[in-house]
Amino acid sequence: MNKLKIHDVSVVYPAAQGGDPVTALNEVNLTIEQGDLVVALGASGCGKTTLLNLIAGFIRPTDGYLTLGDSRIEGYPRVAVGLDIGDEVTGPGADRGVVFQKHALLPWLNVIENTEFGLKLQGVDKQERRERAAKFLKLVGLEDFHQHKIYQLSGGMQQRVGIARALTNDPQMLLLDEPLGALDALTRESLQELLLDVWRETHKMMFFITHDVDEALLLATRLIVMSPRPGRITHEFELNFNQQFLETRNARQVKSSPEFIAMREKILAIIHGDEIAA
Amino acid sequence: MTSNSLPMDALSEMPESAEATKPSINKPAPAVTTSSNGRELTPFAQMIVRQLNKLQKGSPVASGEYYGQPGAGDSRIIALFSTLFFIGLWALVTETGMVRPLFLPSPVDVVARMVDITLDGFSGATLGQHLAASLGRIFGSFALACLIGIPLGVAIGCSRVMRGIFDPLIEFYRPLPPLAYLPLVIIWMGIDESSKIMLIFLAMLAPVVLSARAGVSSVKIEQIQVAYSMGASRRQVVTQVILHGALPDILTGMRIAIGFGWTTLVAAEMVAAERGIGFMVLNASEFLVTDVVIAGIVIIGVIAYLFDMLMRYMETKLVPWKGQI
Ligand SMILES: Nc1ncnc2c1ncn2[C@@H]1O[C@H](COP(=O)(O)OP(=O)(O)OP(=O)(O)O)[C@@H](O)[C@H]1O
Ligand SMILES: [Mg+2]
Repeated sequence: MNKLKIHDVSVVYPAAQGGDPVTALNEVNLTIEQGDLVVALGASGCGKTTLLNLIAGFIRPTDGYLTLGDSRIEGYPRVAVGLDIGDEVTGPGADRGVVFQKHALLPWLNVIENTEFGLKLQGVDKQERRERAAKFLKLVGLEDFHQHKIYQLSGGMQQRVGIARALTNDPQMLLLDEPLGALDALTRESLQELLLDVWRETHKMMFFITHDVDEALLLATRLIVMSPRPGRITHEFELNFNQQFLETRNARQVKSSPEFIAMREKILAIIHGDEIAA
Repeated sequence: MTSNSLPMDALSEMPESAEATKPSINKPAPAVTTSSNGRELTPFAQMIVRQLNKLQKGSPVASGEYYGQPGAGDSRIIALFSTLFFIGLWALVTETGMVRPLFLPSPVDVVARMVDITLDGFSGATLGQHLAASLGRIFGSFALACLIGIPLGVAIGCSRVMRGIFDPLIEFYRPLPPLAYLPLVIIWMGIDESSKIMLIFLAMLAPVVLSARAGVSSVKIEQIQVAYSMGASRRQVVTQVILHGALPDILTGMRIAIGFGWTTLVAAEMVAAERGIGFMVLNASEFLVTDVVIAGIVIIGVIAYLFDMLMRYMETKLVPWKGQI
């Protein structure tokens, strides 16, 4: 069983001209296991994206280390690291799919080509990758847009292609940085449901960043609340509102339950406290 | 009524035949019949507004077409009139004898001379032969510059080592005027065709390399990162993401390079050329045959312009997404 472990990780960005170095993350510990849907909430600038970049392997911790299974995630290969756990060193890879806040689609490809891009990179033959891409495009409601160019889509549609692309690639772990922020309420709810369905079926690990407390509570099995300067995890909650949602398929009912409302108040109090302090 | 973007204020100054009417919700008036301050327009004014509206295209307005970059839109008709105007002006000042033919021959003379040198030739070759020699040099050098410059620029953009090796070299020679290193090229390569191609090639190489390199660094980091996290190898990132992302800049660099090539052509043909449009112009200027000089200039200008149009057309075909995303 694979597990992502983050051990005492700190990230310090070098000082900008005339400023101090920014401690974006300070001694963060976190373990994500198979089947965990971890949602990160926190004020702007508390290091959520930095944490996601670390897990994806895009950046390297200043201190501490991350492991996924037996291999150690490094922003880029270091010579002579003197590893104490595992042997393998891995950068970003197909085992961890990423959806960015703003889509990063390739404008020279059309919708279906973008969606199947990962499979193409891995040499999956055309027929199969088309089928798999089409399946996920249908799930995000874009079955009629296969041949459209990226710039012919609305912002929300572009974001949905980004999600379909990540799902088509079938990674072990999905890293999502505010993926639904730009969507209207209705599409947003249906995509929340889609992600939950995928999660329940595949038991992928997910790391999901959001600013929306309701979304966080509805999706998470584990909710981490982060606070800025220096960025760290201050609270962690085990939740099961997503079970309720998957049973009832009624987001509004779940969200109006007394437990949900109480939890939301609690979280909002923490975040507002942080924002006032910051 | 705001649906018309035409100058209503001017029209509302016209004699009024009706008193002010309020736009009704149930029965919306046709867009044209009232002015911006709600007064009904005369039938004549309505007709004018309709005609003016027809002049504008019926296609939906693209975002940014009007409230976007100043100066966006089609300028071809204006360009046509401007061209005709300047040719007319040229004809006027020459045909009336305001300017002597030695300084500026008339358009008719120039055209006649063009026909003449096409058939009988000038300084030892026909116009077609001069042109073929020059075009061969230009496009031979261009092909060479693209073949070497694009991979080199991409490599410089993608690799620290390549950048370290080639950056000083290119940055050093790039600002040098081709005339400055022309003697050296001749000493090394002689006075035959190869030195001419080399000179033009060198002038073209720098813009191609630099634009390919700029194109590489214009690729969005997120696009590269997403490719990596879908399992791309370094090589795949270069071939599947960076090359495509750099294409708009590469095409721009190729356009600039061709321009540099024409500039350098005359310099290259100064040395021991027997054919070439640049040689023909130089030769004509020595004997003060102004109409051949002008004919040569016009031909170079027209060919360069046509090629640029071709490149721009290729741009819309190859990178339709340029600036869109
Ligand atoms: N490339 C960088 N160079 C320097 N400082 C950075 C860089 N990226 C982020 N930071 C700093 O690190 C801190 C955390 O940034 P991060 O992007 O992780 O925040 P975030 O929690 O994702 O915020 P948001 O919710 O607004 O997206 C910020 O103070 C930011 O200024
Ligand atoms: Mg962020």
